[in-house]
Amino acid sequence: MTAIAVPNHVSPLRTIQQGMTLAGRGIRKIRKNPEQLIDVTLQPILMLVMFTYLFGGAIGGNRDTYLQNLLPGLMVQTTLFASLGIGVALCTDISKGVFDRFRSLPIARSAPLLGAVFGDVVRYAISLVIMLVFGMILGFRVQTDPLSAVLDLLLMIAFGLCLCWASVLVGMIVKSPQAVPGALIAFILPLTFASNVFVPTETLPGWLQAFTNINPVTLLTEVNRGLLNGGAVGRPLLWGLVWMVGFVAVFYPLAMRAYRRRVS
Amino acid sequence: MLDSDTAILAEGLVKKFGDTTALGGVDLAVPAGKILGVLGPNGAGKTTAVRILATLLRPDAGRALVGGHDVVRSATAVRSLIGLTGQYASVDEDLSGRENLVMIGRLLEMSRSTARARARALLDQFELTDAADRSVKTYSGGMRRRIDLACSLVGDPRVLYLDEPTTGLDPHSRNEVWAIVRRLAGSGVTVLLTTQYLEEADQLADRITVFDHGHVVADGRPDELKRKVGGQTLQVRPTRAQDLEQTDRILTELTGVRPARNDDTGLLTTPANDPVLLSTLVRSLDEAGITVDELALRLPSLDEVFLAITGDKTEPAK
Repeated sequence: MTAIAVPNHVSPLRTIQQGMTLAGRGIRKIRKNPEQLIDVTLQPILMLVMFTYLFGGAIGGNRDTYLQNLLPGLMVQTTLFASLGIGVALCTDISKGVFDRFRSLPIARSAPLLGAVFGDVVRYAISLVIMLVFGMILGFRVQTDPLSAVLDLLLMIAFGLCLCWASVLVGMIVKSPQAVPGALIAFILPLTFASNVFVPTETLPGWLQAFTNINPVTLLTEVNRGLLNGGAVGRPLLWGLVWMVGFVAVFYPLAMRAYRRRVS
Repeated sequence: MLDSDTAILAEGLVKKFGDTTALGGVDLAVPAGKILGVLGPNGAGKTTAVRILATLLRPDAGRALVGGHDVVRSATAVRSLIGLTGQYASVDEDLSGRENLVMIGRLLEMSRSTARARARALLDQFELTDAADRSVKTYSGGMRRRIDLACSLVGDPRVLYLDEPTTGLDPHSRNEVWAIVRRLAGSGVTVLLTTQYLEEADQLADRITVFDHGHVVADGRPDELKRKVGGQTLQVRPTRAQDLEQTDRILTELTGVRPARNDDTGLLTTPANDPVLLSTLVRSLDEAGITVDELALRLPSLDEVFLAITGDKTEPAK
């Protein structure tokens, strides 16, 4: 039969435009159901209030000093929680059949994933800003300058974009969207508690210190404290970036393999 | 069979899921602008075939061409020719009907204003204008099916797949969907429709292909298929159970074959190929003084199509 003349490829520019259209969809959905953002933001905010008022005096001696140290750490935790979103969103699309609708359209294979990642940037930014604003209501103050604070937010968003591949991977593997947070929180909570976020690491037993000192949450918390409260950031930033690159090196190929298996 | 007017062509499609063979070598050919009804029970392989033809699944063997493009090698080209509505290929329930339509238009390279205009036209055509700005999750079943259909039509597809488009709809909504399908076919769109209902295939399709256990077990025009199945059936249920035996004898005498008899329900079923059978039977029953609770001429049901075509082993769908 004579083939009907239609193009059989999607240009990179079109792919990005399609990704933006689909990111727009994600943002529209956040606007309609802001509670989906609260889900991932609430936990760190609860931690902020709980630890500041319940344990702040006992652990830090002084509540204000404690808050000033806690908030930069909780920003790392917020980013970890916010990274759950992409896996949940993709898994929901697959289970509801929305993904198959996209797959039946003449768009790039990567467009739905790209859209989810673009949308994720917005999710990270909103979660982090909510956290920061909430902290400021409780008395947190940026000690450095606005530029450092913005750089810090950008670093956290970059951190989130490195983490999101683990979330994508889980979202592609599990059957139900509700299983995504469950599977990942099992890693997030030990990572954040076995760190310098809540307590000074010197108070921990030696074997645990060995872990907390190389824990990426510890390293990035140090960077955040440096950028928001002042102080050197060179060494923790370097090792933090090593972790981020390592994370991408491990989870990006696995996530892409799982994704390709779902879309091809 | 390979001619320029064939919109959908499948040859020897095989798909296995683990040990289960969903499709065991299926051939299909749909001429451009025609409606093919794919009939079969749950698990017959209908959805698997549609998913392969819509580029959502790769066949393990065989090939399929849509508009002359291979569904595996030229998947993007195929996707720009097709529209898909089914149990899967859903719309985003959190967005409104309009937002879904505009988003698809934008994905299909329409400008913002073109996408909006297209959405408006489709909402109007599908009588969804009043609900256009409500979340799809608030839609009724019939509205939901219409927005699904509208979404698959944004890009003016040449080939439309409808996977069980009326399953679960009330008769009124079903008639609406049927009217839409007829209108589309009238405008030259090639339609592949899967259904569990013979009546639906009969109403809409130019040709019917019957699937069973991943194989095509019958293929033909609706009237050919029904002839094959044996046309109409006659059902009789005598009021008194003791009359069952005599009614059975009368039917055997009139038709020359013994009717199928269900002793539990007291129902006798027999093929009714002779147009005067019904009136003769009424007279005979009257003479014998037998009254009946139920006496009906029916078109064959899907169950009977299946029994006739596949023998007794298939468990037909409800």
